[in-house]
Amino acid sequence: MTRLSGVPLKFTFDGRELTGFLGDTLASALLANGIHQVATSITYGRPRGIVAAGVEDSNALVQIEAPFPEPMLSATTVELYDGLEARGLRGRGRLAAEPDPARYDAKHAHCDVLVIGAGPAGFAAAAEAEGRVLLVDDQPDGEAPEGVRFLSRTTAFGIYDDGFVLALERRGEPAAPERISRQRVWRIRARKIVIATGAHERPIVFPDNDRPGIMLAGAARTYLNRYGVLAGRRVVVFTTNDSAYDAASDLAGAGAEIVRIVDAREGYGVIGTDGDSRITAAHVAKLGEMRGERVECDLLLVSGGWNPAVHLFSQARGKLRYSPELGAYVPDGNLPTVSVVGAAAGEGLPEAKILWQVPAPESEVDTRFVDQQRDATVSDVLRATGAGLRSLEHIKRYTTIGTAHDQGKTSGMLAAGITAEALGVDLATQRPTTFRPPYTPVPFAALAGRHRGELHDPVRVTAIHPWHVEHGAEFENVGQWKRPWYYPRPGESMHDAVRRECRAARNDVAVMDGSTLGKIDVQGPDAGWFLDMLYTNMMSTLKVGRIRYGVMCGVDGMVIDDGTVIRVGEERFLVTTTTGNAAMVLEWMEEWLQTEWPHLDVFATSVTEHWATMPLVGPRSREVLGRLAPDLDVSNEAFGFMTWQDAEVAGIAARVCRISFSGELAYEINVPSCYGLALWQSIVDTGATPYGTETMHVLRAEKGYPIIGQDTDGTVTPQDLGMSWAVSKKKADFLGKRSFARAENNRPDRKQLVGLLPVDPSVRLPEGSQLIESEVVPEPPVRMLGHVTSSYDSAALGRTFALALVRSGRERVGETLYVPVGDQVVPVTVTESVLFDKEGARRDG
Amino acid sequence: MQLIPCPWCGPREEAEFHYGGQAHVAYPEDPAALSDEDWAKFVFFRANPSGPLAERWSHSAGCRRWFNAVRDTRTHDLLAVYRLDEPRPVIS
Repeated sequence: MTRLSGVPLKFTFDGRELTGFLGDTLASALLANGIHQVATSITYGRPRGIVAAGVEDSNALVQIEAPFPEPMLSATTVELYDGLEARGLRGRGRLAAEPDPARYDAKHAHCDVLVIGAGPAGFAAAAEAEGRVLLVDDQPDGEAPEGVRFLSRTTAFGIYDDGFVLALERRGEPAAPERISRQRVWRIRARKIVIATGAHERPIVFPDNDRPGIMLAGAARTYLNRYGVLAGRRVVVFTTNDSAYDAASDLAGAGAEIVRIVDAREGYGVIGTDGDSRITAAHVAKLGEMRGERVECDLLLVSGGWNPAVHLFSQARGKLRYSPELGAYVPDGNLPTVSVVGAAAGEGLPEAKILWQVPAPESEVDTRFVDQQRDATVSDVLRATGAGLRSLEHIKRYTTIGTAHDQGKTSGMLAAGITAEALGVDLATQRPTTFRPPYTPVPFAALAGRHRGELHDPVRVTAIHPWHVEHGAEFENVGQWKRPWYYPRPGESMHDAVRRECRAARNDVAVMDGSTLGKIDVQGPDAGWFLDMLYTNMMSTLKVGRIRYGVMCGVDGMVIDDGTVIRVGEERFLVTTTTGNAAMVLEWMEEWLQTEWPHLDVFATSVTEHWATMPLVGPRSREVLGRLAPDLDVSNEAFGFMTWQDAEVAGIAARVCRISFSGELAYEINVPSCYGLALWQSIVDTGATPYGTETMHVLRAEKGYPIIGQDTDGTVTPQDLGMSWAVSKKKADFLGKRSFARAENNRPDRKQLVGLLPVDPSVRLPEGSQLIESEVVPEPPVRMLGHVTSSYDSAALGRTFALALVRSGRERVGETLYVPVGDQVVPVTVTESVLFDKEGARRDG
Repeated sequence: MQLIPCPWCGPREEAEFHYGGQAHVAYPEDPAALSDEDWAKFVFFRANPSGPLAERWSHSAGCRRWFNAVRDTRTHDLLAVYRLDEPRPVIS
């Protein structure tokens, strides 16, 4: 038989090759092929079929296997296409193991009026609306009044603040998805929203109400009138309202035999059914009687009334009230910018006798299903009320009713009604459960849109990056930056490579790409005063040409960043920050400049990416720099520690700073980024060994230099770090100063930065390990003394070592403490944090 | 996604903004003169009313400027936005 468009489509279901037509859903095509059982239920494995004809269906869950695996779709919402392969699910689906080849996208739209739903009420609202009008509808067909922009196959799934609506448009099927995105999320901003989402028919609960072939009456009507499918030939109708008679009449007109209409208003109900993969009979009885007449049928239509689809209105914080005529929650008046029309507002819906469940005989196994997808029964609701639960929200959580894929579109109202009956309360006094987005399931792929792969997050690379890639560097992610971690030579392990790089820096000469270091240009007549307030030490007295290390604290006195400050001119400083803190420090400066000290004449500008920065480190660094910059006097007398000079290095205009983060003689060479690669090449051509961040970490830790954010965690003061020397006693005030005097910050048992030497020099402690006092781990609660913040194997020390934050750490120097590592307890000796070259003899070469 | 009316840029989506806590909490003239308790009040204590609250916001992904706003904490409605040099508007 030809139906719909007449264009046949081949598809497979549970391995059977079947034919449907263009315009079918998977559900309508299955029904046309006489297939009622689609799935089995998640807990009890009971056969389940097609209940509805739209998004409210609770049972017909399928897994798409081809063309691309997609789990847990409702057969009633899958448009049929050629080559579709699907199978019925028992509960959970299978995620694809391979990447989704389809494209997904997002699109923005702005309008004066957004109308959701293109049924008669929505169509009329769109026709009357003024200005730019957008009409969306989740069905593939439909039409819009003239001058109205129309999106079909588009489901508005969430309403958010200020007229913001998200909608999912399905465009890939049945059309070929090669040239366009398969789905896209519309981000709609509307001045006014009209909700015309219609109503969902409500089932009735009775024993064995879940067999395939038991269908909502309106759904059978839709399958007949829209898809040309007669869902059954011998039909029993069970209803509480007039709407099911329309269905009965239409089906009878198409040749079905209506063998019985069971109308609850006349005092009759269905108290049970027979059948396995499809219903074979209904048991009909007077309401309240426990024995009934067996009526053979192959289709049982059910209508318990209609629930307005108030989901989106409730999401927009619209108030709902219980309507005793409908047995459902309806909008309690419109919102200023969100209104509801048509059946969604309860208009035109038939009055129904309120019947949540049919009085039924006792049975050992309860088959009166409230939420079919969750396999939750009347007994489950009664167990919840019996346990003392009263609110619908709590009962939802206790029973899981309404939490499945369908989000309780058919079961929520039934659960509310049965609860109210059990508690003997009026539903008008009960608050319905809160509706939250999304209204229908939305694939993560659609939400991600183009933000995947390379476009997931920006990647920042330095000017020298191509060289690092070419020379086999392993990279480490620092924020969005790719930083060379170490440069393994063929056959070298990470450990070998880092040891070699460390030796080069300590004994010879080595160079690293430090371009990611945050750099902020601070200018203006008040720049000195401003930096005095921001740093714990004095910056205004710094002379042009000199450099000072500085520590920055929050008003609570905790260290937030550190770095060097160089004075470029009387009214100009260049501040460096930790790589990961560059944006934070700039925002911190802006905040104080704008909110507290707007009278200051100071400008702060990020120049991180303007400069390529290369620390040249090691005893031979002076000799190498001297060769590259023949016009520069590199002697210690002419170019002292913590000073800077402008010079030509390898023919490139450079700013050279004599600072050291390793304790070695070192120079930091800065050139404009576009010359970064050229300078780097010139430096490595001298034989300097390139080193990465791991070596940098080892070198600085050997000297006890903390890394803010690794050795600190926002609860550490400069004093805790042993940096009282960096805290000015002369300045009247700076951010954090007053907090240093707080009693809490002067407790003798504060955690302080110390070094740790494992008694066994080959044991490297895992970072994050806890320190305890005894060799045997005592019964909990165990007194924790602190934790390991950095831990390395040191070539220079010939052993492993660590930095740690330890209670009263400086008083404990010389003590033995213990570190539980797995099943072992490792003894460690507490030392000062500086472990290498304590007297600083290597700094000047 | 709420719209926040930046006093310089007009209404923009909230994701462009950064929250800065309660407004009109000035850095003390002379912190050294404060008792521990008064200093702790400045550092740690903030109002938490159910209703209008004057707050600082920064249009961090836009013009990068700070401004103040009065927000009803029950509804998130922004009752007023104003520049830092303007007084807090009277909200009836």
